[in-house]
Amino acid sequence: MDRPPAVPVGVIVSSFVAAYLLTSLPMAEWAAPWRPPWVALVLLYWCFAAPERVGVLVGWGCGLVLDALVGALIGQYALALGVVAWLARRSYRRVRLLPLWQQGLSVFGLMVVHQIIVSWVTGLRGLTVEALTFVSVPIAAAVVWPWIFLLLRLVRQRYQAE
Amino acid sequence: MLGRWRIGTRRSEAVRPGMNFFANPSSPNLRLAVCAALSLALMVSDHHREHAAWVRSALSMVVYPLRLVADTLFVEVPRDAATWLSTRRSLIREAEALRRQLLVLGSRLERLQEIEGENRRLRELLESSVRIEDRVLVAGVLGMDTGSVSRRLVLDKGTRHGIRPGQSVIDAKGVVGQVDRVGPLSSTAVLITDTSHALPVMLARNGLRSIAVGGGSAGDLALAYLPRDADVEVGDLLVSSGLGGRFPAGYPAATVVKVETDREGRYADVRLRPLANLRRAREVLMVFPPDGPAEGADAG
Repeated sequence: MDRPPAVPVGVIVSSFVAAYLLTSLPMAEWAAPWRPPWVALVLLYWCFAAPERVGVLVGWGCGLVLDALVGALIGQYALALGVVAWLARRSYRRVRLLPLWQQGLSVFGLMVVHQIIVSWVTGLRGLTVEALTFVSVPIAAAVVWPWIFLLLRLVRQRYQAE
Repeated sequence: MLGRWRIGTRRSEAVRPGMNFFANPSSPNLRLAVCAALSLALMVSDHHREHAAWVRSALSMVVYPLRLVADTLFVEVPRDAATWLSTRRSLIREAEALRRQLLVLGSRLERLQEIEGENRRLRELLESSVRIEDRVLVAGVLGMDTGSVSRRLVLDKGTRHGIRPGQSVIDAKGVVGQVDRVGPLSSTAVLITDTSHALPVMLARNGLRSIAVGGGSAGDLALAYLPRDADVEVGDLLVSSGLGGRFPAGYPAATVVKVETDREGRYADVRLRPLANLRRAREVLMVFPPDGPAEGADAG
């Protein structure tokens, strides 16, 4: 068996809790479109690093909690994160091998998909969609990605080693 | 891209033989389909406020501790730290200012009590219905929804405390909004500035009735369907009119900041500023309908 030892569930859960807390960090109104999609980024990391543990179902569940947290329509972020996790699952073997900045580009692309789904639902509800978020959220995600990646890898290696 | 999908699944099958059902490469697609279908069903029923109510209340139980921790971490700890770090002198100065304010407010309150008593006597003389003090509950604000469009407050009181949808929420200065969704331990309130919110109001100066409609951004409110020749001036005070039965009458709601009559339109464009501190509210009052919290469950 060349499979690495499994990542403890506690590590994954606490990283998601941290992401939810960062999501509810109060921000100035002008900065709100630039808030990195923390939960989606943590989800992507685990989809790439521990695909046997984290996939579509976990992404969907995390999205449901996010919906309740940010007051979206129940199912809105669940759908977006489910699709993102599914896309990540399809490509994790390739993306894992890419250098960090190219990973950032893939994350950018995935987040564009994420924003399209979220905005689509917002638009269906008849609410105005802020066009800036199509660009600002993926940019923020790509900028933050290397740091999240390095930090979570550090955490994972520390707890996976035993 | 489309062509690669099938190839990708075949290849992974070859790479990792002997997998159980859940690691089956075709299963993520199946799971995505199930999740997407569930999401759509949930969104539709949540949009119509139908069957997703229990899902929402279950999720609110999960989210509640997260909100509590976030509130402590990002709001209370910084505030406490600021208190600890502020100098003794500035604290003394603040205490003095507060004491002075208390004195002023106390004297004003006495006068108001007198006026309230007088008002009651006069109303009894008129034999009209008397509004004695409304029953209220102080609720802490756990957070603002971070959604870009909706304006909602999350409050730390729920069904356990007798809260019902439709209850109005006020603060020391004016009307804040009304309760929208209620969980066991928390509830959300739509602010009067939300685009979906309309508040029946009355001009305090001349009793003119209108409706204050939210404009989406905090601090944006407008009067709807007011004819161009309506008697409205900048600085006028608007109080809740009590029409519609949702809000108790007589609470200050907003002041007029701009009156514009464009030549083509038939209606005046009247912009308002809410009196309540919607952006930085920390504590609000939840008003119970006169029948008491046990009844009046119909929210319409």
